[in-house]
Formats: sequence, C-alpha cells, structure tokens
Amino acid sequence: MTNVVAPPPAVVSVPAAVLDFVPGAPPPATIWADTWRGIAAENPVLVQMLGMCPTMAVTNVLANGIAMGVATMFVLVGSGLFVSLFRKYIAHEVRITSYILIIATFVTLADLLLAASFPEISKALGPFIPLIVANCLLLGRAEAFAAKVGPVRAVADGMGMGIGFTLSLMAMSAIRELLGRGSLLGIDILGPHWEPWVFMVLPPGGFFTLGLLLLTAGWIDQMKRRRRVAVAR
Amino acid sequence: MTGHHHGPPDVPGVAIAPPEAVKAPEVSSLKLLATLAIAGAAAGLLVVAVYRATLPTIEKYQAAKVEGAVREVLKAPARWDTLYLQQGALTKSPTSGDDRKGLPTAYLGFDGSGKPLGAAVTAQEPGFQEEVLLMIGFEPSSGTLIGFKVLEEKETPGLGDKIERDTSFGSQFPGRIAPLKGVKARNATDPSQVQTITGATISSRAVIRIINHAVEKWQPLLTAYEKGGTK
Repeated sequence: MTNVVAPPPAVVSVPAAVLDFVPGAPPPATIWADTWRGIAAENPVLVQMLGMCPTMAVTNVLANGIAMGVATMFVLVGSGLFVSLFRKYIAHEVRITSYILIIATFVTLADLLLAASFPEISKALGPFIPLIVANCLLLGRAEAFAAKVGPVRAVADGMGMGIGFTLSLMAMSAIRELLGRGSLLGIDILGPHWEPWVFMVLPPGGFFTLGLLLLTAGWIDQMKRRRRVAVAR
Repeated sequence: MTGHHHGPPDVPGVAIAPPEAVKAPEVSSLKLLATLAIAGAAAGLLVVAVYRATLPTIEKYQAAKVEGAVREVLKAPARWDTLYLQQGALTKSPTSGDDRKGLPTAYLGFDGSGKPLGAAVTAQEPGFQEEVLLMIGFEPSSGTLIGFKVLEEKETPGLGDKIERDTSFGSQFPGRIAPLKGVKARNATDPSQVQTITGATISSRAVIRIINHAVEKWQPLLTAYEKGGTK
C-alpha cells in the first residue's frame, strides 16, 4: 500500500517526506535512516514533545541528564528488540499489556544495574528511573514502530530515539548546571566569582531552558525548510 | 466488511491496525492468558536473576557508605562496635529471630588504646522538602558533638543544600554541647549555639533539631550500655 511510490518519476520528493508521518506500518528505510530519525527529524523531546516529565525533573545537573538518557535508551533498545521478536506471538487483544510488561522488565533491570554501578546517580534520580515505565515515548515506539518491523530496524529505532533523548537531556542539563551551579559534571567551570543563577536548577529553570531549546530547534527547522523550498525553485 | 461468520471483534483502534490484524481469527481467552502467563514468568525470572546478581554490589556499597560516615563523624576511630537496639537496651549480639538490618543501630568508636571516643548514630526527620538523614557523632556522657554528616537530603539546590555543602556551617558543630540552639548572630559564643545559614534557616534548624532529638534519644541508652559493659 504505502510503499508503491515508484511510478511517477519527477516531483515525488515532497510526498515521500510526508509519508514518514503516516500512521501504520513504517515505510521501508535503511538502518541509518531509522536511527537518524530519532536523533533529528523526530527527536523525542524537541519534536515529538514526549517524555517531558523526566526532561523537566532530572535535568538539573549534567550527570543526571546523561544517566536518565542512557537508562531510557537501554529500555528503548531492549523493549524494542523484544516487542519486535515476539510481535507475531503477541495477540492483538493483549498487546498493550505485553508491551508494558516488557518495558517494565527492562526498567527494573536498568534500575538495578544503575544502583549497582553508579549508586550516587541512582540515588539522585530516585523514583524517576522506575517512572521510565510511564514515559509515553516507550509505549509509543513499541506500538508505532517495533511491533511492525523486524528486530534490526526496531533496535536501530530504539538507538536513534535513545540517542535523541539523551542529547536533548544533555543539552538541557548542561545549560542548567553551567548557569545554575557554574560547573559541568561537578567540575567548576565559571570560577569562584560566578554567582550561580539558582533558579536554573529549580523547576522554573527547566521550563525556561526547554523553551529556549524548542525555539532553537524551531528556527533550525524553519531555516532548513526555506532552503529546501529555495532549492526546489 | 468481508463475509465473516462471526464478524470481527469490536476492538477500538482496529481501524488503524494493519490489515492482517483485522483478518486474524478470534483468539481464545485461554491462549491470551497463556501468553501473558509465560511472558510474566519469563520477565519475573529475568528480574530475579538480575536482582540476585546485583544485590551483593548494592549492599557492599551501602555498607561502605556507612563505614565511611562512621569514620568521618567519629574522627577516624581505630575500631568500633556495632550496637543494636533491642527491647529498649543496646546489645552487641541481638537475639536471633529478629532481622538485624531492621534494628536501630549505634556505632561505638574506640581509639588505639581501647578508650571510647564516642558514638555514631543515624537519625532522620523532615527538612524543608523531604526527610533529611544524618549520621551524628557525639560523646555520650557529656553530649559533646564530634561531627555530623548528611547522608541524604533533597533540600533546595543552592540554598537548603548548604547544610551539606557549606563547610563553615558544618565546622561549627564539633565541640558544641547538645541540646543546640540555632542563632542568627554572627558570633555564636555559647557552647550550645550554632549560627544558621542565611537563606536556609529552615534546613539549618532541621539539622539542629535532628541532632538534638538523636542525642536525647541515644544518650541514656549509650550511658546505660557503657555502665553495663564495664561489668
């Protein structure tokens, strides 16, 4: 159905781009395209606006942002792989239950592994690691992508979405820690004469930073569109 | 719709599902149950396996953290005894049957010659936002503080968390005698006075309150234990 776009030769480039957003089975794409989609064109935070709760709550310092991003990536890849592997055995009626079960398992594993390897970060993130299970990004990717493609594509998509999520959280938390504490990863950057903008590590700073990042992402997107239109002309 | 005998199941969301799902025959509830049961069992096994594999590391870390805190608040004792509070009295070896980990604990430190240095106890009470957990070192007979360490806090970053980061606040405590009193004056001269942090009065007072309550609770217990221990 959707992938029969070949016949008309010339002006097909615009509809092909639109097809990426059609619900249902994703059109065939290379592994690289599957990965890249989550990083840029459909970045979970900056474009899809998913996972806003951890984006606000744990990005007060860079280490927390990185840990949250990597933990979410681990769950995205693991649950994507298993949802895809068992997609033919999971009955349509119980698919959401099964996806949540798979996601919850990987979240628990991530929580335990983090507590064993980075106890300080695990304590700082507190309940937000178990709460990854409620992040709609995960159920969204399982239902919209992993359940409809093979395991390789599902893992590529999980990696891409995970990297995109991690990069967004890193940008958020780097800005907030630098201005709010004058440091990055706990290392003093701005020196003793820097008066920290305490509000940046408090909730208002999160909203402020996210707004700035969305604005920047919007500008870049707009610039790209203009260039594309100019090239088409 | 195609000529199905039973008609497709009326599942919401079926409209956007791929065509194979619409054509799929109705699955029996037993099969659904079996699918979920198998998936649940597999997930449970995996979680238990990882839990058991990571538990020693997590416990080792927690023990090391307590050890480090005891060393810090008792100013590097040569050795210490772990005392458990059971039936209103402290004992080195609680009777079996009780879970050791659940009992309140005190750590009695000694210097190289076996002279008691003081006791370290943990105490937890609400701060400005959430519970603040402290390890407190003090000398039981006089109530003189040796030091304290913040083990857990979620106070306001940049303000309340100075109870942990501001060394000029923490360094006031050694040598002070409980019960402590928080003052705003610049020069706290009285041995029970502690200067609170500007902008973090509630968090500072929480620390003082936790220390006072802990000393009040543990001082008689430790004194009784030390008297009994000389027998």
